[in-house]
Amino acid sequence: MAPRALDYESLNENVKKVQYAVRGELYLRASELQKEGKKIIFTNVGNPHALGQKPLSFPRQVVALCQAPFLLDDPNVGLLFPADAIAKAKHYLALTAGGLGAYSDSRGMPGVRKEVADFIERRDGYPSDPELIFLTDGASKGVMQILNTIIRGESDGVLVPVPQYPLYSAAISLFGGSLVPYYLEETENWGLDVNNLRQSVAQARYKGITVKAMVIINPGNPTGQCLSESNLREILRFCYQENLALLGDEVYQQNIYQDERPFISARKVMMGMGPPISKEVQLVSFHTVSKGYWGECGQRGGYFEMTNIPPKTVDEIYKVASVSLSPNVPAQIFMGLMVNPLKPGDISYEQFIRESKGVLESLRRRARMMTDGFNSCKNVICNFTEGAMYSFPQIQLPPKAIEAAKRAGKVPDVFYCLKLLEATGISTVPGSGFGQKDGVFHLRTTILPAEEEMPEIMDSFKKFNNEFMEQYDDRSGYSRM
Amino acid sequence: MASVSLDTINPKVLKCEYAVRGEIVTLAQALQEELKSKPGSHSFDEILYCNIGNPQSLGQPPITFFREVLALCDHPSILDKSQTRSLFSADAIKRARQILDQIPGRATGAYSHSQGIKGLRDTIAAGIESRDGFAADPNDIFLTDGASPAVHLMMQLLIRSEKDGILCPIPQYPLYSASIALRGGTLVPYYLDEAAGWGLEVSELKKQWADAKSKGITPRALVVINPGNPTGQVLAENNQRGIVDFCKKEGLVLLADEVYQENVYVPEKKFHSFKKVARSMGYGEKDISVVSFQSVSKGYYGECGKRGGYMEVTGFGPEIREQIYKLASVNLCSNISGQILSSLVMSPPKVGDESYESFSAEKDGILSSLARRAKTLEDAFNTLEGVTCNKAEGAMYLFPCISLPEKAIKAAEAVKTTPDNFYCRRLLNATGIVFVPGSGFRQAPGTWHCRCTILPQEDKIPAVVSRLTEFHRSFMEEFRE
Repeated sequence: MAPRALDYESLNENVKKVQYAVRGELYLRASELQKEGKKIIFTNVGNPHALGQKPLSFPRQVVALCQAPFLLDDPNVGLLFPADAIAKAKHYLALTAGGLGAYSDSRGMPGVRKEVADFIERRDGYPSDPELIFLTDGASKGVMQILNTIIRGESDGVLVPVPQYPLYSAAISLFGGSLVPYYLEETENWGLDVNNLRQSVAQARYKGITVKAMVIINPGNPTGQCLSESNLREILRFCYQENLALLGDEVYQQNIYQDERPFISARKVMMGMGPPISKEVQLVSFHTVSKGYWGECGQRGGYFEMTNIPPKTVDEIYKVASVSLSPNVPAQIFMGLMVNPLKPGDISYEQFIRESKGVLESLRRRARMMTDGFNSCKNVICNFTEGAMYSFPQIQLPPKAIEAAKRAGKVPDVFYCLKLLEATGISTVPGSGFGQKDGVFHLRTTILPAEEEMPEIMDSFKKFNNEFMEQYDDRSGYSRM
Repeated sequence: MASVSLDTINPKVLKCEYAVRGEIVTLAQALQEELKSKPGSHSFDEILYCNIGNPQSLGQPPITFFREVLALCDHPSILDKSQTRSLFSADAIKRARQILDQIPGRATGAYSHSQGIKGLRDTIAAGIESRDGFAADPNDIFLTDGASPAVHLMMQLLIRSEKDGILCPIPQYPLYSASIALRGGTLVPYYLDEAAGWGLEVSELKKQWADAKSKGITPRALVVINPGNPTGQVLAENNQRGIVDFCKKEGLVLLADEVYQENVYVPEKKFHSFKKVARSMGYGEKDISVVSFQSVSKGYYGECGKRGGYMEVTGFGPEIREQIYKLASVNLCSNISGQILSSLVMSPPKVGDESYESFSAEKDGILSSLARRAKTLEDAFNTLEGVTCNKAEGAMYLFPCISLPEKAIKAAEAVKTTPDNFYCRRLLNATGIVFVPGSGFRQAPGTWHCRCTILPQEDKIPAVVSRLTEFHRSFMEEFRE
C-alpha cells in the first residue's frame, strides 16, 4: 500500500527537523516520574505561577469583571471588587468591539495598542505609532509571524545567539530557513562581540546564505545578560552596515537584577543614534505579559512593534494576522493593564506596588542565591543572572562521565540532567537544547522556585553533583574539556 | 535594498488571501470613520457588518453560566469569600472549584501541558463520547487558540511542497486556501452542487482526486466543513459515509471542520461527527485518520474573542502524535481561559443543575433567533431579481447566487475588480451593509455570490432587508441592457 499521508515518512521534513528542548526529553521524563509519584521541581520553563508565584490581584479583578459584565450591574459588586477595578473593567469593556467574546481588530484593540504606544513613549522618550503595534497570542506567535514573513527558503539566514531560546531555532527549521549562529562569550559574562557577528555573517555568505535578520534576546535567555548601551549601538550599526532586520526579543525587560546595566530598549538606542540608522534599520521589538513580575504565561498575551517596515510589508503582515482573526481579548486587557498600570492615589495602588516589588526583590535574591550556590561547586562555573529568569551554569564533566553518556546513547549534558532529575526531582533543560560551544556543557534552570525552598534545592543539587563527580572522576583536579 | 520589503519577503505570504477581513472591510471601516467625523455625509447612519461570524460584536449576549465560571477561574481568591455566593450561582462556583482542582496550584496563569490541561481534556473526551456514543481519548485532544491554529498545524504537518494537494470544497472558508498557500501546497478544489442544496458528491471527489494525480499532485487530505461555511448545508449521514469510504480507500486524512456543530436550523437534518460516522461503519484507528476541529467561537456561545478550540486527532501512529505534540510545545500551550471554555462548551449544565433552566432558555433563545434570521434573510434574497439563495440549514451564513447583468460585469472589469466585489462595494457605499464577495470563497466559474451573515440582531434585520432590496432594485435598473 502506498504510504499514507500521516505515516511518519510522508510528513513535512521541516516539522521533523524542529527541536524544542524546553518541553522535550527531560520534561517528558520528569512528567513520567511525577505520574509515578515522585516529587518533581519543574525548573525547565519560565512559568512563575506554576512554582507558587501568585498573580497580581488587580489585573485578575479587572479581567474577572470583564468576563462577567453583568456583575457590574449588581449592587453587591463593591463587596468583592474595589472601585478602581470596577472602573478599569468598564474602561476596557468600552474599548472592545462587543465584550470579551467578540473578535477584535486582527491587530488587537486599537485602544490597547494606543496604551502600548504610550507606554513605549514614556519608557523610551520617543513617540510610537499604535498602527505599527500588533497584539499577539503570546510573543512566540509574533516571532513566528515575523520569521515566516522574512524566510523565503533555506538560503535565507537568520543570526541567532548561541546559546539561544530554542523558539528561534524551531521556527527557522519549521519555515525552512538557515540558522546562522553567533557565539556569546561566556568568559565575558555572555557578552556579544561584534567580531563574532562579522565572522558568522562572513561564513554564512561564503556558503551562499543571504543573512536577512539578526535576533537579540535582551535580557538574555538562557544567559541572563543585559546588553549595554554601547553594545546595542554596535549591534545597530552592524545591522545597518550589513542590511539586517533586527528582531529584539525584550520579553524580560522588567526582570533586571543588577544596577550597572538597566534595561534599555533597542528602539530607544536606535532613535538616539539619529539618521540614517534611526530611519533605515528595520526593527521589530517583542514583549509579553508572561514574564516580568506579572508571570501571566497562561493568558498568552504579547505584542510586536515595527519600526521602519515599509507600509506594504505591514499590510502583508496584517493580512496573515487576519487569517487567524484576532488575538485573544482577555490577554489584550492584561497587556493594557501591564503597560498602563495603577498610579499613586488609586485605591489598589499600594497593594499593587507591594505585590510587584515583592516579586522583583525576591527574584533578585533568588538570582544571587542560585548563582552563588552553583559557583560553590568546584566543577561548576556560573555567570550571574543579570536579568531574565534563568541560571545557566557550566558543568565541567570528567571524561569518564562523557564516556558513560556515550554508552547510554545520550549527549553528556542530557545524561547529567537525567541523573540529576532521577536523584533529586529537579527538572532542568540540558544546555544542548540552547546551543553551546563544542565540548562545553551547561544546564538551564529557572530562578523561580519559592525562596524558602531555594536553600534545600541548592543543597540537593550540590549533594547530587558531589556524588556524580565522585562516581565519574578519579582525580582531584578537573580540566575543561 | 531593505531586507524586509515586498520583493524580499516570503512569496507565500504574498500569495495568501483572506477576504473575510479583506478590502471590503477596510472600505467599511473608512466609511465608519467618515460617519463619525461627518455625520449625515451618507444616506445611512451606521455600518451593518454582515461579513464575519462574530456574533457578540453584533449584540449576541454570552452564556451567563460560562462567564460566571470563567470569571471565578480568573480570580479564584474570591471563591472562598461569603459575598461570592450572592453574586454567582452555586453551580458556577462548584464548577469553577472542580476546574481549578484540575489545575496544579489553581494557577490559571501558568503554562499548562502543551495539549491542554488533562482534566479539561478528560471532560471534553467525555463530552465527545456523550455526543457520539463512541469513546474519545483525552490524549487525542489538542487544545488550541481557536480552531484556526489547529488547522495551520495540520497543514504544516501534511504539506511538504507544491506537489502536495489538499482537497477543499468550493466554495470554502478561506482559512483553508490561505493556510495551504502559506505552506506552499496546492489546493485541489471539489465543487459543491448549488442546484442540489450545495450537495457533496463522492463522484466529484473522485474526479478531482484523479485529475490532481494526473497532474503529478499527491492528494494528502480532504477538508469537509460540516455544517458548511459559507454554504450552510448539513450533510446527510449516508453522504458522510460515502466520504469516509473514499478517504479510507485513497488513504486521505479526513480534516473535519465541525465548528458549527451546534448550529443546525432544520428539523430534517442532524449533526453527526465524522468520527462517529466512521466508527459506526466499523472503522477504527487503523482504518482511517480523522481530525475533528471544534471551536468556542460559534454555536450558541459565540465566544470568538476568547480563542478557544481543539482538534481531536485519531487514526495515526505514536510517532505522528509526537510530532504534533512537538509543534504544539513550541508555542507552549493555548490560553487557559479558552481551554476552560472549551470544556464548558463540551459539558454544559445538565437537567437538574441549578443553572440548567436559565442556561437552556438562553441557548434556545439564541438558536431559535438564528433560525428565524436565517429564514428571513433567505426569503429576502429569493425575492430579489436574478438572485437565488439556498437555505441555510446550519452555520451562520447565506450565500446567494446573483446573476449579474453583462453591463455590470463590464463595469467591474473597467475598474479592474471582480463582478461580485463590484456589487459588494456598491452595496456598501449605498447602504452601509458589508457582505463578502463570493470570490473570497471561490465559486463555480461564471457564477457570482456574496456571503452574508445571519448575525445582525433581529431588530436590525428589517433595515438590512429593506436597504438591500432597494439597492438591488436600483442596481439592476442601472445595469439593465
